Amino acid sequence: MNDTFDIRSAETHIEVYKFRMGTVVIVTALALFLQAMFPIHVPRLNVLDLPLLITIYFALSRRNPSTGLLLGMVIGLLQDSLSKTPLGVFGISKTIIGYVASSIGARLDTEHPAARLALIAIFFGLHQGIVVLIHRVLLAQPEPWFTTGLGIAAAVNAFVGVLLFILLDKLRKT
Amino acid sequence: MVAIPSRHKSLVLLTGAVLLQVLLLAVQIKSDTRGSLIRVWTVTAISPFERAGAWCIDGVKNTWHRYFALRDTELKNENLRRQNDQLKLEVNQLQSKAGEADRLAALLNFRDAHKQIPMLAARVIGGSADNSSQAVYLDRGQRDGIERNMAVITPDGVVGKIIAVFNNESQVLLLTDKESGVGAMLADTRVQYPVGGAGGKQLMLKYVPNDDPVNLGDKVVTSGMDRIYPKDLPVGTITQIKPNMPFKEVTVKPAAAFDHLEDVIVLLTMQPLAPKNEPEAQAPANAAKPLPPPAAQQ
Repeated sequence: MNDTFDIRSAETHIEVYKFRMGTVVIVTALALFLQAMFPIHVPRLNVLDLPLLITIYFALSRRNPSTGLLLGMVIGLLQDSLSKTPLGVFGISKTIIGYVASSIGARLDTEHPAARLALIAIFFGLHQGIVVLIHRVLLAQPEPWFTTGLGIAAAVNAFVGVLLFILLDKLRKT
Repeated sequence: MVAIPSRHKSLVLLTGAVLLQVLLLAVQIKSDTRGSLIRVWTVTAISPFERAGAWCIDGVKNTWHRYFALRDTELKNENLRRQNDQLKLEVNQLQSKAGEADRLAALLNFRDAHKQIPMLAARVIGGSADNSSQAVYLDRGQRDGIERNMAVITPDGVVGKIIAVFNNESQVLLLTDKESGVGAMLADTRVQYPVGGAGGKQLMLKYVPNDDPVNLGDKVVTSGMDRIYPKDLPVGTITQIKPNMPFKEVTVKPAAAFDHLEDVIVLLTMQPLAPKNEPEAQAPANAAKPLPPPAAQQ
């Protein structure tokens, strides 16, 4: 059986990547573990949203909307359960991000670092928008749509994400 | 049965997944639960790694401090000795003043009373997995007698309260969280105001009328009125005052070191902690009985 396969259309040729067994589980667990350790041991890194970066990466790589949204849902719910937010806040937002990222991944080549940088920043903004929307509409909690801190966080996540994605590329099956 | 075109299957799945989670949110809000089963599984799965991580980081820190950072130890020791002597002097001065001031006397009584308060030392093993909330996990849980809404403090001041309890772990909502709050008062004037988190490193003294005298450097302590935190625990110091309408914006620097929380104390009681030897005769005959512990809030 082939490790990778191609989505071929009239004009595009986009490769779908697969990973070694257990990679997704281990990387997800590691991301959640690190995310929970940052506030205690390295508060400066608290601006990072590793679970979001992992969701975007695997969704873009697998390029399958169903897989992307289910992975996003699981990662989001796990993040919720390690936070104090009600279950579903990050679950919903990462479900949508997983779906959108994998849909875009199926249509565009997202391997170039510049494309990744832009996509991560956009997805970070979208994710934040969904989280704020849920807080405002479903939880009746007034959250600001945008702060300078969020702008900086989007930029930091985009830069760190590009580097992280290069590392994660090494885990792909060749 | 209606067949769903394959290109729409993922869209249907997305709609289903989102609706399911909206429903999950609604159930949690309606029943005031926090999806405890999934949380228990996740915390149980992650906490051993957090413990191991905390242990490793402590090991690296200790190795560094004990073997590589000893260059200035002699000088530091000398400075610490000097500071210790100075602190002893200050403590003596405070102790002598305590006999003259009723408030300090009550504080000392309270300190005496602390000896009988069941307390539990706990270690912070992890934080919240989202950067918008301020919560940490402790390595003690239900098996150690911890319950929801118990107060968490350090010798420096108030840290927060327990919001979730698992078998071997518990989650603390830090005072700096936006949803956190504590009944407080100014240490000097004894005027009461609530203090809440601002989501950052500072706290806010709330509902201070513009004509109320509040000064920079004023100490803020717990009032004990919220029935969670004992009276007279340090909350922080006022560092900024801005006039605003209808209330002043008063920023408080927390007394507890939230930047590097490592070891904390959980007060294993939810009863109001009255000063031990407060003369009962002074209390009015029809004084209200202490309220029961607060109902679960989240």
